[in-house]
Amino acid sequence: MTTTTLAVLVPLLPFLGAAAGLLLGRRIPGLVRPLAVLPTLTALVLAVLVAVRQGGDRPVDAATELTPTGSVPIELALHIDGFAALVAVLVGVVASCVQIYSTGYLRDDPRYPSYAALVSLFTSAMLLVVYSGDLMVLLVGWEIMGICSYFLVGHYWETPEARAASLKAFLVTKLGDVPFLIGLFALAADAGSFRVTTILATVADGGLDHPTLIALLLLAGVAGKSAQFPLHTWLPDAMAGPTPVSALIHAATMVAAGVYFVARLLPVFAASGAALVVLAVMAAVTMAGSALAALAQDDIKRVLAYSTIGQLGYMTGALAVGDRGAAVFHLLSHGAFKALLFLTAGVIIHAAGTNSLAAMSRMKGLRDRVPDAYWTMTVALLALAAIPPFSGFFSKEAVLGAAEHTATGHAASVPTAAGWIVLVAGLLTALLTAAYATRLWLLAFHGRGADAPDHGKQPLAMTAVLWVLAVPSLAFGTAVGVLPDWFDGRSLSPTLTTSVLGTGLAFGGALVTYGAWRHTTALAARVPMGAVAVSPDGDGGQVEAEAIASHAPAYGDVASAHDPADPGRLLLGPLHRHAAAGFRLDAVYAALFVRPVQAAARLVRFLDREVVETYVRGAGTAPRWLGTAVRRAQTGNVQTYLSALLAGTVVLAVAAVLVATAGA
Amino acid sequence: MHLHLAYPAVLAALLFCVGLYGVLARRNAILVLMSVELMLNAVNLNLVAFDVWLRDSLHAGQALTLFVIAIAAAEIGIGLAIVLAVYRNRGTSAVDALRDTAEPSAPDESQEAQEPDDSQEPQQSQQSPQSQKAEATA
Repeated sequence: MTTTTLAVLVPLLPFLGAAAGLLLGRRIPGLVRPLAVLPTLTALVLAVLVAVRQGGDRPVDAATELTPTGSVPIELALHIDGFAALVAVLVGVVASCVQIYSTGYLRDDPRYPSYAALVSLFTSAMLLVVYSGDLMVLLVGWEIMGICSYFLVGHYWETPEARAASLKAFLVTKLGDVPFLIGLFALAADAGSFRVTTILATVADGGLDHPTLIALLLLAGVAGKSAQFPLHTWLPDAMAGPTPVSALIHAATMVAAGVYFVARLLPVFAASGAALVVLAVMAAVTMAGSALAALAQDDIKRVLAYSTIGQLGYMTGALAVGDRGAAVFHLLSHGAFKALLFLTAGVIIHAAGTNSLAAMSRMKGLRDRVPDAYWTMTVALLALAAIPPFSGFFSKEAVLGAAEHTATGHAASVPTAAGWIVLVAGLLTALLTAAYATRLWLLAFHGRGADAPDHGKQPLAMTAVLWVLAVPSLAFGTAVGVLPDWFDGRSLSPTLTTSVLGTGLAFGGALVTYGAWRHTTALAARVPMGAVAVSPDGDGGQVEAEAIASHAPAYGDVASAHDPADPGRLLLGPLHRHAAAGFRLDAVYAALFVRPVQAAARLVRFLDREVVETYVRGAGTAPRWLGTAVRRAQTGNVQTYLSALLAGTVVLAVAAVLVATAGA
Repeated sequence: MHLHLAYPAVLAALLFCVGLYGVLARRNAILVLMSVELMLNAVNLNLVAFDVWLRDSLHAGQALTLFVIAIAAAEIGIGLAIVLAVYRNRGTSAVDALRDTAEPSAPDESQEAQEPDDSQEPQQSQQSPQSQKAEATA
């Protein structure tokens, strides 16, 4: 088979799997698991084959016109360069792991067939985004991911949190998608094509008339999809979905799509210095803010959600300094260790029966209950904190190195300011990232108090994939010498200055957090807290749904708990309250958008009920009154009728005579 | 020698007015029917008089008069039969007492105005004709 055929099959197989799963899933339950796992696994194998054949050489391009449009044509096009090939492999790996993990995690879930089909569809849409060489076709995948995330985040739609979160995820990403669509049209109008290759050629010739406008419009969509400030608020709430969905959304699909899109069209953004500075500021605010918020969260998955936002900030930071190699490198390594973090979090929630770190810090021996999760999560957290020699160290250093490269004025077309912004924010975030990773590790696995509940061994499907994902988290850094051949050719090796600075800050953050934990942990015994799920023997999904639903009643808030033993509380001081609430951005949105919209809705309802309906009712009432008045003449006395008839006749006759004589 | 047209015309007008008065003012149904006959005959008189006065060669007026007489005979037969039937049923043949077709008045309309939706309207015409009739005749 040619490389093109293989590449077409990669997004097609999960799509067919999804269609078959939706059609047959309820009738033939035995087919659901094979239909969920096998197409994704096959797509992974094919994606690896495509990557091997492409080998970082010339991009594979193929196109067939979809339909004549009269103006800018829309084509079913492939454009597979080194970025696309490697990101597709990542998507395949994570999606396969998630599908296998879900067979254990949602073992007893009655909605598993539709869930698995939607995950397959999600994977297929992401693969379409990755491989597509036509921006309109890319947009199709982009939007399918939006609707799939709506369904998957709302998987536990019995809980109000999940319903609200799914709506929020959909609306916030759509808010960014509207400018994104306009930006795509503007780009196509300037370049005369939706093809990536044509657009890049136009940009290279300097043929783009409005680069800043287009870049800023596209950035809005990217900010929505990749959860960058100020459109990141949907991501922490999206934790109301099942853990494997979080892993899928956070690691390989959805949020990666925005970063990948900018990486693919980086020359368009690089054509405008202003857009790069905006991107840099966005990345800096996102990284630092989300890292602070992560330090204050009580829900283990929300900590990871904010860390995803922060790591995505690193990627957009790398893009802002014009180094897409570093961005996609971090995307790949982050995809592996973040998927691992979420999947281990799922195991931990299942084992502990709670998603609250405050409750876990009062359990002894949780790590002995789930040794696989303990060791793999330790690896993933070390990668997240960018401790050498784990993969996160190399990719983060590539980003920081690129920022330093730009800040010292070595990059031609990129403003130095962008470099400084990203570098300073990146170093600050390295410190904070290590701090919250340490806090998570200490609270989850080094609790003191009663013994953790024992639910027996975790399913093999759930623990095996953890080790599969631990390998790239541990060793992906060794690829640092090979990757530049796949990307733009720029070296991704760590530079001495940023490595020493970044690692030093990370160790510093970890040590400070450890010290704070030693100081506060004595308080834990004094303030007993915690609630565990009511059905500890259910599957992971059921335990998690109960944990999410019980968090707000048990601790007063869905995100934080009033736990004096939390080292994050000590470290953040007065900031803790605001950080736990995501710096009140939701309240700002509520004041700026939600309340005006609700007030407008009330006004419209008032106008409809009181004004429009009054006219409608009046249109009915007036004839009725008229009829009533006329009906009074109907007395039933024939002689009265006749008298009226006579009177009428006389009047008519007189009138006729008068008219006749007047006319004569 | 011809009778002047004014005499039959005035006579017919008088007859018609008497009939009209009877139709509008008398209560007894039989007298009302008799008044109708008076009006018809006034018309007949006019037809014959004008027929002669216009010297119509086909005598259409006279022919029409014969028609009217025949149809009036049939009409009075049916009318009397109806009056007889009404009298047998109700014990009266007073025209102004026969008000079954009167529009039911006030109570229904106030009820209707209170109801915002129109779903119950068809029931209205079937409500208690007896009480309404009593009220209307009172």
